[in-house]
Amino acid sequence: MELQSIWFFLWGLLWAVFFMTDGFDFGIGTLYPFLGKTDQDKRMMINSIGPLWDGNEVWLLTAGGVTFAAFPKVYAVMFSSLYTPLMLILFALIFRGVAFEFRGKINSEGWKKLWDTFIFLGSFLPALLFGVAFANIFQGIPFDDKGIYHGNTLKLLNPYGLLGGILFVLLFLQHGANWLNIRTTGELRQRAIAVSQKIWLALVPVAVIFLIASYFATDLYANYFKTPALFLVIFVTVAALLATRFFIAGQHFFKAWFASAITIVGATFFGIIGLFPRLFPSSMDAAYSLTAFNASSSPLTLKIMLGVVLVFIPLVIIYQAWSYYFFRHPVSREDLDLEDAY
Amino acid sequence: MDPVFLSRLQFAAATMFHFLFVPLTLGISIIIAYMETKYARTGDTVYLRMTKFWGKLFLINFALGVVTGITLEFQFGTNWSRYSEYVGDVFGSLLAIEASVAFFLESTFIGIWIFGWKKMSAKAHAAVMWVVAAAGNISGIWILTANGFMQNPVGYALRNGRAELTDFFAVLFNYNSILQILHVLPSALVLAAFFIMGISAYHLLKKQHVDVFMRSFKIALPVALVCSVFVALVGDFHGVNVAKTQPAKLAAMESHWETQTRAPIVMFAIPDEKLEKNTIEVISLPGLLSFLGFHDFNAEVKGLKDIPRDERPPVLPVFIGFRTMVGIGTLLILLSVYGWFRRNKIMESPGYLKILMFSIPLPYLAIEMGWVVTEVGRQPWIVYGVLKTADAASPIAATQVLFSLIGFILVYGLLGAVGFYLMAQNAKKGPEAAH
Ligand code: HDD
Ligand code: HEM
Ligand code: HEM
Repeated sequence: MELQSIWFFLWGLLWAVFFMTDGFDFGIGTLYPFLGKTDQDKRMMINSIGPLWDGNEVWLLTAGGVTFAAFPKVYAVMFSSLYTPLMLILFALIFRGVAFEFRGKINSEGWKKLWDTFIFLGSFLPALLFGVAFANIFQGIPFDDKGIYHGNTLKLLNPYGLLGGILFVLLFLQHGANWLNIRTTGELRQRAIAVSQKIWLALVPVAVIFLIASYFATDLYANYFKTPALFLVIFVTVAALLATRFFIAGQHFFKAWFASAITIVGATFFGIIGLFPRLFPSSMDAAYSLTAFNASSSPLTLKIMLGVVLVFIPLVIIYQAWSYYFFRHPVSREDLDLEDAY
Repeated sequence: MDPVFLSRLQFAAATMFHFLFVPLTLGISIIIAYMETKYARTGDTVYLRMTKFWGKLFLINFALGVVTGITLEFQFGTNWSRYSEYVGDVFGSLLAIEASVAFFLESTFIGIWIFGWKKMSAKAHAAVMWVVAAAGNISGIWILTANGFMQNPVGYALRNGRAELTDFFAVLFNYNSILQILHVLPSALVLAAFFIMGISAYHLLKKQHVDVFMRSFKIALPVALVCSVFVALVGDFHGVNVAKTQPAKLAAMESHWETQTRAPIVMFAIPDEKLEKNTIEVISLPGLLSFLGFHDFNAEVKGLKDIPRDERPPVLPVFIGFRTMVGIGTLLILLSVYGWFRRNKIMESPGYLKILMFSIPLPYLAIEMGWVVTEVGRQPWIVYGVLKTADAASPIAATQVLFSLIGFILVYGLLGAVGFYLMAQNAKKGPEAAH
């Protein structure tokens, strides 16, 4: 494979891993006002992701950074075109991050309520907006041959875009609930298990509708029809989605969480494969689309970066996996009593 | 309004705000790691209480450092898309390396540090803090390397309508970047040391928690002494390098209009950019600027008049910024030296302790001014000699930038105020009793 194609898939992989890891943080933040009945519940929920969310968020920075390094033109056109939604996401992430840290620092009801609201918004909005943004990218974005954007932000909220947003929110809710099933105890956990089953009932039809709508709203399937073996990716994704439900019913919560992780990675790759080799398709004229071949960095930069990524990303995966393993037990009273726990 | 101007304002606000939190993170993480190591080695709970006390302040600061950094990572794309396209081949990789090499380490291990107190041995826990400290400083090294490229572009060739990387090692060992690293990372330690000494002074003056704060003070003092001298020494090299590579910046730093030999340094002046001279000049020391720039009292120094108007940086902020930084730098050295001679009798020097308490903001100011000198002094270039700032901005509507700029100012202003308030509250409360 050429260097550019390798980079295209690495690029897709980084986004997929970001959605897979920070996805359950977003899901838990969205469930937070609904499942967290008492302060103790709420603290248990935030502390279930306390040691992990920051490391998860870095996958976003790496996905962004790698876009910059390997496809500078995509980085430039994508982020300036999607200026307003991206700014909204960033502000939401700012609030989420400080909310975790600040919430417990002053012991007053009003203070906690304030940051509770930000935890919810800071999780729900990015989940929704990433979905909307990616669905719009699948459809194509109106920009010209100079990379100048001719659309407007409200038009991103078209039916297919919104459908993508809803899909992402549900995927992350499922993934988050599955994590709560692992890391919480008592009544909260019972509620989380019940909710994880309900979310699944909503997720399945939305996923099916999205797959069908993609056929009409985008040309993602063209690559699949060209190479039918690729349909395997969709089958694996759907199988993982179905397996999630069975694992939950069988109380195999770790397996359920792995299954929802695979669902998210699969869903991302469903789009990435359909896009290939385009990273940022133009809806004005297919010739303006930015592809792995017309928007990449020089071979030297691609080679150096490949070396860096192949050495460091596996290392990151090792120590992050270790930290997940280290914090796999349910959050206990003792954990909540730690001075710096959230 | 002009989107370029708005984007500049926004970028300046966002980076300067980010850098209110960065240096404390960089410096104090090292000092805390040292304190915790002492605890792990000796089992002395005073060190443990110290670690937890400074650790709490560190974590509040850290949270703000992280969230303000996230927006920066994307602003090159959102607001400087032409820049990103033009130099992304070189510049983007440095940013991507920073994320994959440093940010992951830092953020994963900080989580382990916060939540791992009871799950690992004291030694292992201290080691985790060392990883956090190292990762933060490594991230600093990469981003400063990126900034060094913008100050002094090397290792590239103009091809295919953009700057393409030709020599990665030239970029890594860029002399400008090395100077920045050697100036900025120790200046972060200076800031952290004065932060610790200032807060310790507050408690020592009240004669409370003396065990914790006397020892904290004595740990920070030598750091302040060594690093403040080191920062000034590297600053001198910086000056020489600026004279060689960016004559317009040097001229602006000194508000120096006429090309001349035995060029003087003026202590204070009010530059007038229209009339191309200083309307007021106080105390002029002949030959000193020539010496500063070239280590030779007779060297010729280029004046602003010999630089085309459209290649001159704004003079006033650069001039004032430089004076403020060097003035504060000198003061900090004096304060550290004095402290060193009084180190065994500081309890009997309440005046000195009070001064230290009020000195906490000084290194912050010096650091921000340092960046103003470096960045504003580079104007009108975004990449020196290669790309002008005016040609670098995104082709987007001014209203969009205006809204996000207002958003930044409101959000950052509010969060910053809350953050510093929480830090002050916790600093005043003092350490918890041993348990
Ligand atoms: C000399 C040091 C230095 C400088 C000049 C900058 N930063 Fe920074 N940055 C850090 C030193 C640092 C740090 C100390 O490593 C931080 C502060 C708190 C933290 O977690 O890491 C950080 C955090 C931080 C984060 C969040 C990382 C996370 O989530 O853990 C991002 C994305 C950036 N920075 C990006 C930038 C960009 C794009 C800059 C240039 C405009 C920049 N920083 C200037
Ligand atoms: C964190 C410390 C930093 C501070 C406080 C800082 C400060 C500033 C300021 C004040 C400006 C506005 C200058 C003007 O428009 O007159 C600016 C511009 C800029 N700086 Fe920095 N800077 C920092 C670090 C960096 C780094 C590390 C980079 C790149 C890696 C960088 C890249 C830029 C860019 C792209 C601009 C916008 C274009 C321009 O106005 O020149 N800055 N910065
Ligand atoms: C005391 C004597 C000092 C001298 C002679 C000095 C000199 C300089 C010079 C010439 C620059 C501009 C470099 C360039 O544009 O390439 C600079 C930048 C800077 N200074 Fe200083 N400085 C001193 C003290 C300090 C102190 C005490 C601090 C902070 C505690 C500080 C923080 C900075 C920072 C953050 C920058 C911007 C980054 C960089 O370019 O390295 N400086 N300094």
